[in-house]
Amino acid sequence: MSETITVDARGLSCPQPVVETKKAMGKQSGGTIEVLVDTVTSRENVSRLARNQGWEVSPEELPDGGYRVTITKAQDVKREK
Amino acid sequence: MFSSLNRLLMSRMGPAVTGAVVGILAPLLSFWGNPANMGICVACFSRDIAGALGMHRAAVVQYIRPELSGFILGSLAAALVYKEFKPRAGSSPIIRFFLGVFAMIGALVFLGCPWRAYIRLSAGDFTAIAGIAGLIVGVIIGIYFLWTGFNLGRSYKAKTPMGMIMPALAIVLLSLLIMAPVFGPDGTGPIFFSTSGPGSQAAPIAIALGVGLIVGWLAQRSRFCTVGAIRDLVMLRDGHLFKGVLAFIFAAFVMNLLLGQFRLGMEGQPVAHSNNLWNFMGMVLSGLAFTLAGGCPGRQFIMSGEGDGDAGIFILGMIVGAGIAHTFSLASSPAGPGPFGPGATIVGLIFCLAIGFLMREKASL
Repeated sequence: MSETITVDARGLSCPQPVVETKKAMGKQSGGTIEVLVDTVTSRENVSRLARNQGWEVSPEELPDGGYRVTITKAQDVKREK
Repeated sequence: MFSSLNRLLMSRMGPAVTGAVVGILAPLLSFWGNPANMGICVACFSRDIAGALGMHRAAVVQYIRPELSGFILGSLAAALVYKEFKPRAGSSPIIRFFLGVFAMIGALVFLGCPWRAYIRLSAGDFTAIAGIAGLIVGVIIGIYFLWTGFNLGRSYKAKTPMGMIMPALAIVLLSLLIMAPVFGPDGTGPIFFSTSGPGSQAAPIAIALGVGLIVGWLAQRSRFCTVGAIRDLVMLRDGHLFKGVLAFIFAAFVMNLLLGQFRLGMEGQPVAHSNNLWNFMGMVLSGLAFTLAGGCPGRQFIMSGEGDGDAGIFILGMIVGAGIAHTFSLASSPAGPGPFGPGATIVGLIFCLAIGFLMREKASL
């Protein structure tokens, strides 16, 4: 499965964006998850969570002033552990 | 130098740096005139402001605390400089208002917000331990709701003037403090200032405001949060905010020792009572309400400076809650809990639990 899951956490207050991201990460051992947030704090919190869990993080600013945090992890990394 | 300081504040060490600075400044504020073990107490200060505005008539706790205006304006300045000022609102404001009311009632049963709980501990006040234990339990109950789908809904982008309401209020409060208008009947009010008790004890305005501005700036950059600290540690095993609390307690402990403000024990501690049960229960209520609202009272002030109207509503709820707590005899005194404090705490817990259960995505009515 290589489809991208999108978590729309825009407008959700702390720590909801992190909770929703963690739930999405729990559903799969790897792949790509795209998290949409609208504050720098949420962008940092989601990025920190993902890095702590061994995911690669690449945040980008969107034209509407929000952010897309794309987190990826190879599918088999978790299985090897 | 400014950018390297900002990098430090934005790093994983940011909350610890902020905590250490707050831990140094809070005992100093007491040394410079604020009440003992109350160098900074967001709940007590909101209560003093409510009293100064005539929303309660507890004559010993009435003063417009400039520190809180400083929190909002310091945060606003940092948010503007770093382009993080984002006016937003609309996430269940009426629920947030009442979470603020009950968070305050719980805090006034304990006699302090989480910030003051840590300060009391750092000064050797062991009655704070029951409160901190209650705070942890309240946060854990909140985490249960967060994991099971609790959600107050989205906030939406708003126009700039909306985000400026709370900073404007901060400036109005500062003006009222400095002008101290008296044109009420009997030569008192509309602004009331205590002549005895904790409300009459205050550091010089410029110093208190300066500390508030510094803390507001630092906390905005580092996201320092005394409730999020426990929440993230328990929920995510992420201790970076918790390091802020540890640094806060340690720095305040050292400062209290140096300033001769450290006194170990349970009895006769300043502006505190030793009823462990209600110290505990009050903070269970507060901890739960703060967790459901997304952050400690200090953090709510900081977020309101960033343009978060929902945090502003929570703060207004806290101020009204303080008015209720003192007019309905809910607030504790050094003698112990107020006559109706325990009952109100139970009502608050029922309210917060109902909100926690009913505001879950799946349980949405």
